[in-house]
Amino acid sequence: MTFNEKLSAIWLMIQGSPLTGISLTLLAYVFAMYLYKKSNYKPILSPFITSMVVVVSVLLITGISYQDYFAGGKFIHFLLGPATVSLAIPLYHQLHRIKKLLVPIIITLLASVFIGALSAIGIADLMGASIATQISLAPKSVTTPVAMGISEQIGGIVSLSAGLAATTGVLGGVIGLKVFSLVGVKDDRYRGFAMGLTSHGLGTAVAFKESNTMGAFSGLGMALASFTTAFILPWLLSFLDII
Amino acid sequence: MDFILGFALLLIFQLLGEMLVIFFELPVSGPVVGIVLLLAALIVKGSVGKPLNTASTTLLGHLSIMFVPISVGLMAHFELLMNEWLAITITLIGSTVIMLASTALMMSFASKFLVKETKHDL
Repeated sequence: MTFNEKLSAIWLMIQGSPLTGISLTLLAYVFAMYLYKKSNYKPILSPFITSMVVVVSVLLITGISYQDYFAGGKFIHFLLGPATVSLAIPLYHQLHRIKKLLVPIIITLLASVFIGALSAIGIADLMGASIATQISLAPKSVTTPVAMGISEQIGGIVSLSAGLAATTGVLGGVIGLKVFSLVGVKDDRYRGFAMGLTSHGLGTAVAFKESNTMGAFSGLGMALASFTTAFILPWLLSFLDII
Repeated sequence: MDFILGFALLLIFQLLGEMLVIFFELPVSGPVVGIVLLLAALIVKGSVGKPLNTASTTLLGHLSIMFVPISVGLMAHFELLMNEWLAITITLIGSTVIMLASTALMMSFASKFLVKETKHDL
C-alpha cells in the first residue's frame, strides 16, 4: 500500500468504527461538563446542549454520516434503558411522600396528558405546521424511547419525535425553575412532578441537581406520563380526527 | 463490584420489562415497565441495598449524555426543520411553558384542598 492508500484506509476505518461515535460523544460530554462547571451551572450551558452542538458540528465538518456516528452512539443510547429502570430507586425512597399526595398526583397526571397534547397540536396548527409535524410533536413530553414508540403508532416521523422530545426535555430544564417561581410554586414535590410530566428525563436531571425530593418526584412524573400518554394519546388523536 | 452488580440488576429488570411488553402487547417501552417491576420488588424486599444505590446514582447523575446520540438525529430532518422552524419553536416553547405552569399550579391547589398536611411531612 502506498502512503495515500494507507491514509484513506484509516479514514474509512474512522468513519465505520463504533469507536468514533463513542469517543466523540464522551469527549463532547466531558468538555460540556467542564464548561457547565466553569459557568457556575448556567442552565443555557446544560451539558446536553453543548454536547449536541459539538457532536453535530464535528459530523458536519468531517462529513461523517449520522448512520456512521450512530454505530457508536447506540452504545451510549443503550444506557438510557437501565438508567430509566433505575428511577425506581429514588421513587422507592420517596414512597411515603408520594402516597400522601396520591389524589393530586392522579388528577394532575390525567390533566397533563391532555394539556400537553392539545396545546402542542393547537399551537402548531395555528402556526401552520404540517400534519406530520403536528403528529410528531404530540408525544413530545414523554421520555425519548417512549415518544418514538408512540410516534410510530400514531404515524408520526419517529426520529423527528425523538429529537423534539429531547428538545422539550432540555427546554423544560432550562426554563422550568423560572416558570415555577413566576407562578409562585416553591414546594419541591410539586415542582418536581410538574418538571417530570413536562420534560421527562432531561428535566429530571435538572431536578436532581435541585434536590433529591424534586428529582424523585420528577422521575415519578416522567414514568407516569409515559404510561398514561402511551395509552391515551392514540385514542385522543383518533377522537379528534387527526389520525 | 457494587456498580457491576447493581448495573446487572437494572439490566435484568429491563429485560423482564421487555418480556412483559411483548407478552401483554403493551404500548409502553420495556424500561418503563422495568421501573414498575423494580419498584414492586423493592417494596416487597423493604430496602434498596448498596449495589442498586450505587448504580442508580451513577447513571442518573449522567442522564443527559444518554439523550445525545438520538437527538443528533434531528440533523437528518434539516429540510423539514428549516421549513417549519418558527412553528416548531413557538409550539415547543408555548406548550412547555403552559404545561410547566399548569401542572405545578394544579399540584399546588389540589394538594391544598385535598390533602391534610402536618408540619412533620415538609
